[in-house]
Amino acid sequence: MTRTTNGNAPPAEQNACTPFTLGPLVAGPPCCTPETQIKIDSLALSYSGKPALKDVSLDIYRGCITALIGPSGCGKTSLLSSLNRLTDMIPGCQVDGRITIDGQDVRDTSLDVRALRRRVGMIFQRPNPFPLSIRRNLEMPLREHGTKNKKELADRIEKALTDVGLWPEVHDRLDTPALALSGGQQQRLCIARALVLNPSILLMDEPCSALDPLSSGVVEDLIQSLRGRYTVIIVTHNLAQARRIANYAAFFWIKDRAGTLIEFNHCQTLFETPKHELTAAYVSGQRG
Amino acid sequence: MLEPGALSVRRLGGTVRDTALQMATWFAASLVAGLFLWLLFDLIRHGAMQLDWSFLTTPPKSAGRSGGIGPILVSTVLILAVAIVVAAPLGLATAVLLSEFMRRDSGIGRSIGLSLDVLSGVPSIVFGLFGNAFFSVWLGLGFSILAGGLTLACMVLPILIRTAESGLRMVPNDWRLGAEALGMSRATILTHVLIPAAAPALVAGLMLGIGRAMAETAALVFTSGYVDRMPSSLLDSGRAISVHIYDLTMNVAGGDKNAYASALVLIVLLIIINTIATALADRALVRRITAT
Repeated sequence: MTRTTNGNAPPAEQNACTPFTLGPLVAGPPCCTPETQIKIDSLALSYSGKPALKDVSLDIYRGCITALIGPSGCGKTSLLSSLNRLTDMIPGCQVDGRITIDGQDVRDTSLDVRALRRRVGMIFQRPNPFPLSIRRNLEMPLREHGTKNKKELADRIEKALTDVGLWPEVHDRLDTPALALSGGQQQRLCIARALVLNPSILLMDEPCSALDPLSSGVVEDLIQSLRGRYTVIIVTHNLAQARRIANYAAFFWIKDRAGTLIEFNHCQTLFETPKHELTAAYVSGQRG
Repeated sequence: MLEPGALSVRRLGGTVRDTALQMATWFAASLVAGLFLWLLFDLIRHGAMQLDWSFLTTPPKSAGRSGGIGPILVSTVLILAVAIVVAAPLGLATAVLLSEFMRRDSGIGRSIGLSLDVLSGVPSIVFGLFGNAFFSVWLGLGFSILAGGLTLACMVLPILIRTAESGLRMVPNDWRLGAEALGMSRATILTHVLIPAAAPALVAGLMLGIGRAMAETAALVFTSGYVDRMPSSLLDSGRAISVHIYDLTMNVAGGDKNAYASALVLIVLLIIINTIATALADRALVRRITAT
């Protein structure tokens, strides 16, 4: 069984002519033999004592795109933030349960959080390039993590920009402000900024929702092209998008004022033959 | 249903009220601008005659009745420099603590905020007496440019801290999150992202502080003193321009002409500094809008 894109995926020809160096969509092997990379075990999360997420157990498979869907406020973003410990920044945020990435306990207090965040990149809803030049945006995280060699810096910057299809558009103006780019370009720059550190996991928090439909399409194609190389977890409110790009989908709902996982399955299965009636109601647009 | 004419009558009534309101606001605004212009033209009328290059460079003669304000400008700049060199880093550090490392509603944060607000309302004469007791007498600095500068530093600190703090708070949180998610250290985030992003606001605050310090008289009378000679070191007494104006008008008969001229110099300097501050603050605002 080849779990390529579900339903109305863009045809292969279209992918072949996009300028991404990652090549045409590779979606087969890694997702056929699911290998757990992230293991979430009875995760609970609360803000100043107010529960936001309860009893979530979920396996995320290496190289696959997993979509987290569900109504606003059901803890999807909180779940993402707990994977790279961004929850540490929020005062009063309490995380319980167990999360392991490649067998390593994420919540271990002795864990090097900066090393964790280098392995687990994050892309936010609103593009947030720093108010610096395009080059500095990519150079700064690299330097921060110990890459000082000029040649290596230039190479990795070029590679990251090529991977997100920005290189042809910006190679001659790397020193212009990143904020002068269009919204879609900014978001791709942010993805490049995450990729430049060679992460193995990418967390995406509604990466297309602040973009116009055209840019959104470009970013979506880009996310597709990351399959197989990166483990992608994407929060999206766009169900059609989830169907198009995800291998697996997890449906969250609010129960007793806290978000919880209702159903997790192959994306197609979850959308076409949901087991839970809440899932069925949500994916068919009757609720949510 | 409305009568056919009702709408137009109401619109007419609305128009009259609108016009009255508009006129009132215009009146108030032009009163403020008018007062300033009156003051400015008065200064120009009485002071412009004295103003030339030699007035700005030569020392005062016969207690300031004639001669220029050269040493006084030098003392003023030195006092300002001491104040800014001391206050700017302290102010920035405190602002960073308040905006980045402390919650606004925490006990310590609130008490620091309150003390800043109280400090910024303390009359400058009180700062002058404090500076005299602490810097001049207790630390033995005497009447000196150093003592005056340090006293001014205390006085402008609240302004600097408050403007820098709000400048840093205005930096979109997206950048903090983005930088944290890239595994960058707090120090890098501060120096490479937050402070550059807040820079226009920081500089605008600095300009406001300089403006406030330059026009200060009472705090300096007791600390940097009256001596109108060219200072030879920071431990010399030096007369700031505002003190000079005060002295000429209150203590020197026949000093009016030069007092007007000195006041004109001071006002022009203040206008220049405020223009720069406004321009920078506008740029900060534009940046913020384009960033979000």
